[in-house]
Amino acid sequence: MLKRTPLYDTHVAAGAKMVDFGGWDMPVNYGSQIEEHYAVRRRAGMFDTSHMRTVDFSGGTRDFLRALLANDVSKLTPGKALYSCMLNEAGGVIDDLIAYWIEDDRYRLVVNASTANKDIAWMQRVAGERGFEVRIEPRSDLAMIAVQGPRARELIGQVLPFAAATTADLKPFGGAFIDPALTPGPSPGARGGAWFIARTGYTGEDGCECILPGHDAAHFWNKLKAAGVAPCGLGARDTLRLEGGMNLYGQDMDESVSPLESGLAWTVDMKADRDFIGRDALKAQRARGNLRQLVGLKLLDKGVLRAHQKVMTAPGDGEITSGTFSPTLGFSIALARVPAGVAVGDAVEVDLRGKPVAAQVVKFPFVRNGKALI
Amino acid sequence: MNVPDNLRYTTSHEWLRTEADGNVTVGITDFAQDALGDLVFVELPAVGRSLQAGEACAVVESVKAASDVYAPIAGEVVAVNDELKDKPEAINDNAFAAWLFRLKPANAGDAAELLSPEAYKQNIAAQT
Repeated sequence: MLKRTPLYDTHVAAGAKMVDFGGWDMPVNYGSQIEEHYAVRRRAGMFDTSHMRTVDFSGGTRDFLRALLANDVSKLTPGKALYSCMLNEAGGVIDDLIAYWIEDDRYRLVVNASTANKDIAWMQRVAGERGFEVRIEPRSDLAMIAVQGPRARELIGQVLPFAAATTADLKPFGGAFIDPALTPGPSPGARGGAWFIARTGYTGEDGCECILPGHDAAHFWNKLKAAGVAPCGLGARDTLRLEGGMNLYGQDMDESVSPLESGLAWTVDMKADRDFIGRDALKAQRARGNLRQLVGLKLLDKGVLRAHQKVMTAPGDGEITSGTFSPTLGFSIALARVPAGVAVGDAVEVDLRGKPVAAQVVKFPFVRNGKALI
Repeated sequence: MNVPDNLRYTTSHEWLRTEADGNVTVGITDFAQDALGDLVFVELPAVGRSLQAGEACAVVESVKAASDVYAPIAGEVVAVNDELKDKPEAINDNAFAAWLFRLKPANAGDAAELLSPEAYKQNIAAQT
């Protein structure tokens, strides 16, 4: 049987179309995917991301994460987050994740749903083999709701008076714990247990990801809905993240490719003298050169670019890793892995179901904060 | 799922209506548009093109997927619904009003061989 989040009954009652997403029974839309997309770009929408796994760390965490992750958590200040890949020895991407430094030696990681068990097994293996004394605590008891859009933080504050001030003050990539029981003022629906609210997301809009006790999730969701936040499914989540130029694990990168060939070199910190897993492999790749690159594509003809379509460029063939119709731009966009030497502005061709069509290499993100960037 | 009584259907989810002049109008069903999701692009056959029954002749593309549309019967394309080029979402709004193309049938009796509304209902019930 498919796994269910604490919001499963809420989705079904709302008439969501449910699909199997990596073993989870998740809403793909509640009617129109495009309307949900616009709700996030123009007002506020919310996503059930409870299938993603929160993992809490305590003990000798800082040194452990500096060895485990390609980005360097020593850059963080308390309450801040960073995006990182977790690599294997060959430099392939085991997963991408967000790491929050809570305080002292407490960190919180949020990893992808489909890779969660593999990730945790890897973390435990690395800790064991390398002798890190670290406590790794997967939190299957927690739900997660991403509220995204220009009005997202304002509306979270409206329905969560106990969190309003904190939410308003959060800096981008900042996060904070809020315990309703310890906070003055009314706490509707909160039945105890700390909430964690961070100004992060996967849409290219402002907003927050709220990690909360599973038993509070449905009440919070319904309060947000009553305040005008549109329930959104995984369909809109995918078009939003692609417009926002954000990679999807398993599609734009996986264990067979390195972050250097996935548009994620900016997340790899080679500066410090830090021996993280995959470092030697990435150094060797850089030295060899001629690396493939992830580029943006804009379709100049009619149609829709899709993953796995062949891209013909002057230096050689590449492949689309994610493609869709962009509701904001009104044409199709894609991410594609192409040979070295392809540059922004180049004219390329895509094999669209047997027909060569014209596309142009463009910068991504394609859309940020409601504005077209290309 | 809406399945009007006055139309004929195919297992590939096209609908067909015989007009007073003997030509037939073709579209995709409510079931098909619901499965595809928001439509963003429609490619229609050229007027004058001769089609075999079952020949792929149009494409409907949604945010999720591209899907071929097949000629339910043999015939010549006599008209296409150009309004869909700018308004593909009209198919989501009402799949039975937003027709794709009209055919002059090669054989007058072919349309009657397609699925009845009852048979089509059973066909989609088996898929859900």
